Amino acid sequence: MDTHDSSLAERKAGLAGMGDSRLRKEDARFIQGKGNYVDDIKMPGMVHMDIVRSPVAHARIKKIHKEAALKIPGVLAVLTADDLKPFKLHWMPTLAGDVAAVLADEKVHFQMQEVAVVIATDRYAAADGVEAVQVDYEELPVVIDPFDALKPNAPVLREDLAGKTSGAHGAREHHNHIFTWNAGDKEAADAAFAKAEIKVRENILYPRVHPCPLETCGCVASFDKIKGELTTYMTSQAPHVVRTVVSLLSGIAESKIRIVSPDIGGGFGNKVGVYPGYVCAIAASIVLGIPVKWVEDRIENISSTAFARDYHMDGELAATKDGKITGLRVNVVADHGAFDACADPTKYPAGMFHICSGSYDIPAAFCSVKGVYTNKAPGGVAYRCSFRVTEAVYIIERLVDILAQKLGMDKAEIRAKNFIKKEQFPYHSPFGFEYDSGDYHTALNKVMAAMDYKALRAEQAAKRADPNSPSLMGIGLVSFTEVVGAGPSKMCDILGVGMFDSCEIRIHPTGSAIARMGTITQGQGHQTTYAQIIATELGIPSEVIQVEEGDTSTAPYGLGTYGSRSTPVAGAAIALAARKIHAKAKKIAAHMLEVNEGDLDWEVDRFKVKGQDSKFKTMKDIAWQAYHQPPAGIEPGLEAVHYYDPPNFTYPFGIYMCVVDIDRGTGETKIRRFYALDDCGTRINPMIIEGQIHGGLTEGYAVAMGQQMPFDAQGNLLGNTLMDYFLPTAVETPHWETDHTVTPSPHHPIGAKGVAESPHVGSIPTFTSAVVDAFAHKGVTHFNMPHSSYRVWKELKKHGLAL
Amino acid sequence: MAKKLIHVTVNGQSHEVAVEPRLLLIHFLREQLNLTGAHIGCETSHCGACTVDLDGQSVKSCTHLAVQCDGSSITTVEGLAQNGVLHAVQEGFYQEHGLQCGFCTPGMLVRAQRLLQENPNPTEDEIRQGMSGNLCRCTGYQNIVKAVQYAAKKLSQAAAAAA
Ligand code: FES
Ligand code: FES
Repeated sequence: MDTHDSSLAERKAGLAGMGDSRLRKEDARFIQGKGNYVDDIKMPGMVHMDIVRSPVAHARIKKIHKEAALKIPGVLAVLTADDLKPFKLHWMPTLAGDVAAVLADEKVHFQMQEVAVVIATDRYAAADGVEAVQVDYEELPVVIDPFDALKPNAPVLREDLAGKTSGAHGAREHHNHIFTWNAGDKEAADAAFAKAEIKVRENILYPRVHPCPLETCGCVASFDKIKGELTTYMTSQAPHVVRTVVSLLSGIAESKIRIVSPDIGGGFGNKVGVYPGYVCAIAASIVLGIPVKWVEDRIENISSTAFARDYHMDGELAATKDGKITGLRVNVVADHGAFDACADPTKYPAGMFHICSGSYDIPAAFCSVKGVYTNKAPGGVAYRCSFRVTEAVYIIERLVDILAQKLGMDKAEIRAKNFIKKEQFPYHSPFGFEYDSGDYHTALNKVMAAMDYKALRAEQAAKRADPNSPSLMGIGLVSFTEVVGAGPSKMCDILGVGMFDSCEIRIHPTGSAIARMGTITQGQGHQTTYAQIIATELGIPSEVIQVEEGDTSTAPYGLGTYGSRSTPVAGAAIALAARKIHAKAKKIAAHMLEVNEGDLDWEVDRFKVKGQDSKFKTMKDIAWQAYHQPPAGIEPGLEAVHYYDPPNFTYPFGIYMCVVDIDRGTGETKIRRFYALDDCGTRINPMIIEGQIHGGLTEGYAVAMGQQMPFDAQGNLLGNTLMDYFLPTAVETPHWETDHTVTPSPHHPIGAKGVAESPHVGSIPTFTSAVVDAFAHKGVTHFNMPHSSYRVWKELKKHGLAL
Repeated sequence: MAKKLIHVTVNGQSHEVAVEPRLLLIHFLREQLNLTGAHIGCETSHCGACTVDLDGQSVKSCTHLAVQCDGSSITTVEGLAQNGVLHAVQEGFYQEHGLQCGFCTPGMLVRAQRLLQENPNPTEDEIRQGMSGNLCRCTGYQNIVKAVQYAAKKLSQAAAAAA
C-alpha cells in the first residue's frame, strides 16, 4: 500500500462510517444507571394514577361506587366514563378506523378493561384507591371463539355499532363482523385449483401472543394551565402521530403539545398504539393542572395493551406432480378483540398479510381476511414484524413443508424449485408487490453447505431406524421474504398522514453535527448507526455526530419506529439530507480552491482538485467557511432537511435452518443448532445487526416454543404474569449461528433494507418446521404452536413414540 | 400508616429514613433516594430488572420491603463504577454489545458482578444458569454471556497482576 492509500484507509477508519462495528454511543448512560425512562421522570407536584379494571369479560355496569376510595388519605379523584363525557374523551378513535372506550361506557367488553382511574398523591395511595372502588356488574354471555362470534345468534358485543352495516373497511355482514379484506385474483386462483394435479390444505392457528417488552407502558402528562401547553413523556414508538391524535382529541393546537419519547425499554410493537391509560393521565392533568404519572404493571401490560397475531388460517396450495406450485388460497378469521385497534396502514386492515406468496414464484393467488369482534383485549400489533408479515410467512412456509411431504420431496428441493430466480427481480408478485431484489438460491446453498444438510438427513434416517433411540431428530428449513419500510405514501398512511420519514442535519461551524429524526429508538441503536450513515456521506467522524429523536418539539415530523422502517425510510432520509449538504459543500469548496465544481473529486472526508492530492478542503474546513465567510450568492450555514417518501417497500430475506432433538420421555425439545442467514442489503453496523438478529431469534423462539394467551369460556386470561407467560431465560435460549449475504436494495439511497424483524418472522416457522419434521416419518404434517414440552409430549403419545 | 425509621448504607453512603412498613425496596431506592438505575419490569420476582446487591447477595428489590433492609448495605448499578472507572462488567457489556434497550442492564450488571465473586471463572453454562434470574427481551443473551466472560477475564487478570 502506498502512503496515500494507507492514509486514505486511516482516514476512512477514523470516520467509523457504514460497515464499521462501532460500539454503541447510547451504552454509556445505560451501563451506569443513567438512562431516562418514563418511570424515572419526576416533576414537581406530580401525582399518580392507577386503573380500576374489570374482573369480568362482558357485563353491563350498573353502578360505580367512588365514596370509599375518595375517603382514603392521598386519593384526590376518581374518574369514570361519565366524568370524561363532557370532554368527549370517554371514547377514542383507533388507528384502524374504529372507536375504543377510554373508560368503559355502560358496558365492559373484556377482562381487565379500564373502568375508572384513581388519582392520588403517591402510587401506594392510588393502589389503595383502586382496591376501594366498588363496581356493580350485570354479567352478559361471553364470546371468546371468533367462529362462535359469527354465529347468527351470537351475543351482540358492540352495541354502540348497532345498525352500522359498514365500517372503515367496507360492509359488515354480522353484528360481530368488522371487515372482510381480499387481495389477489380469486378467479385465477380458483382456476389453478380446478386443474391442480396435487392439492394440500391445512388449518393453522397462529395463537394470540403479546410483545411483552421488559418496560411496561406509561406516561407522565403535564398540562400548564397558564400557558395552555401540554407536555407528555410517553413510552411511544410514534410520538409525532400521538401528538396529532392528542391534538384531534383534546382540541389543543399541535404547536402547544409536546410529546417526548425518552429512553424506551423495548417496544416490539407494543408501544405503537394510544392506550386508555395515556388518555386518562392526560385528561386528568388537563383538569387538575398538575403532572400525572401512570405506569402500568406487568399484569396490566399483558392483559390489556396490544396483543399480536390471533389468526385462524385456512391455507391451500395447488401444484403439479413434480412439485411446481401453481396456486395459493388463504382464508383467515382474525380475532381482533373488543375494539378494532390494529396498528396497520389505513388501507390495509390485514397489514401486509398479502406477502403470503413468500419467496416463491406462484402464478395465481388469493387471500381473504375476516376481522371479528370477541370479548378479548383489542390490539393486533406487529410484534417485532411488519404488519402481519409474520403470519404470512408462517402460513406459506407451513404449506410448502406440507406439500413437500405429500409429494415425498425434500423441503430444500421444493423450495429451490419454486424460488423466484435472481434474474426475475424486480419481481411482481400475484398480490401486486414489486420485490426489489433477492438471490434466494445462493442463500439456500450457503446454508445447506454450512449445516451439511445431507449428513443431517443421514443421521436422522439412522435415528428413525433405531427403535431405542431416546430422542427424535427434526430438521427445520425456512426461506422468508419480508416487506418492510412502510411505506410509499400513495399506499400507506396512518390517520391520513403519509408514512414518510424525516431527517434534519445541521453541521456546526467547527465541523461537528447534529441530526434530528422522526423515528425513535427502543434499543436498535439509532444514535450509533444513523451517525455512521452521515459519517460516510459527509466525511465527518461519527463520534462528533449527535443524533436526537423522540421530542416532537425539536424533531422533524416522522411516523416512528416499527415495521423495520427506520433504516429503509429514515435511513434514506438521512442519506438524502446529507447529500443536500454535500452538494452545497462542494460549491463552497470550489470557491475556496478557486476551481470549478467539475474539477473536484470527493475522497472520504474532503473535496480535492482532480489529480492534485495536496489541494483539498475537508468538510471541517468547509463548515467553518460556511459560517465564517460563505461565498457570494450562497446562504450562510450548512444544514438540510429531507422528508423521504419511499418509492417502494424493501424486501429483506433469509434462509434459516434448525436441528432439534426431542426427548421421547419428556417431550422436551432441545435446539441443537440454529443457523440464520439474513440478507438485509447494505450493512451499516455488523455488530448491531448481529445483536438485532440474536434478539429477534430469541423472541421467535419464545413464540414458537411457549408463548400463548389462553382464555377460558368466561373470558379469563389464563396466564397474565411472567410466571405463566413464557419469556425465555439465558438457560433455555439456544446458541445462535448467524451468516449473511448482501443483495442491496436498488431503490434505496444506500441499498439498506432493514433487519431487526427478519429473525422473528423467519425463525418461528423454522422451529415448527423442525419440531413437526421430527414426526414426519409417522405421517404428521402439522400441529400448532406453541411447542411446549407438554404439548409435544402429547404428540409423542398420540403416535406411540413416547417412552 | 405509622412510619418506621431505618438505617441503610447505599453505595457507601448511609441514610436514615422514615418509611412506611409496606414500602418496597425498589420504590425506596428509586423514589426516595432517586437511584433510578434499578428498574421495575414485573413486581413479581421474575424479571430481575430490579436486582440490587444486599449484604453480598443478589436480591430482587421488588420483593423486599425497605424495612427488612434496616442495618443493611446495598449496592445498586450506580455504585459499580469506582472513582470514575467502570467496573469490569460494565466495560464487558459495552465492549461485547451486551445491551440494547438498556432496561434489563442495571439488574444484569449487578447480578453479573456478584456471580463473578461467587464463581470467578464460570463456564458458559454456569453463566447462563447464574444469570437466569434476569430476563432480557432484546439481546438473546449470547452477547451477555460474552460480556460476563470478558469481565471474568479482566478481573482474573487484575487479580493475577495484584498477586
Ligand atoms: S421487577 Fe423485580 S423481578 Fe421484576
Ligand atoms: S437490553 Fe432490552 S431488555 Fe435487555
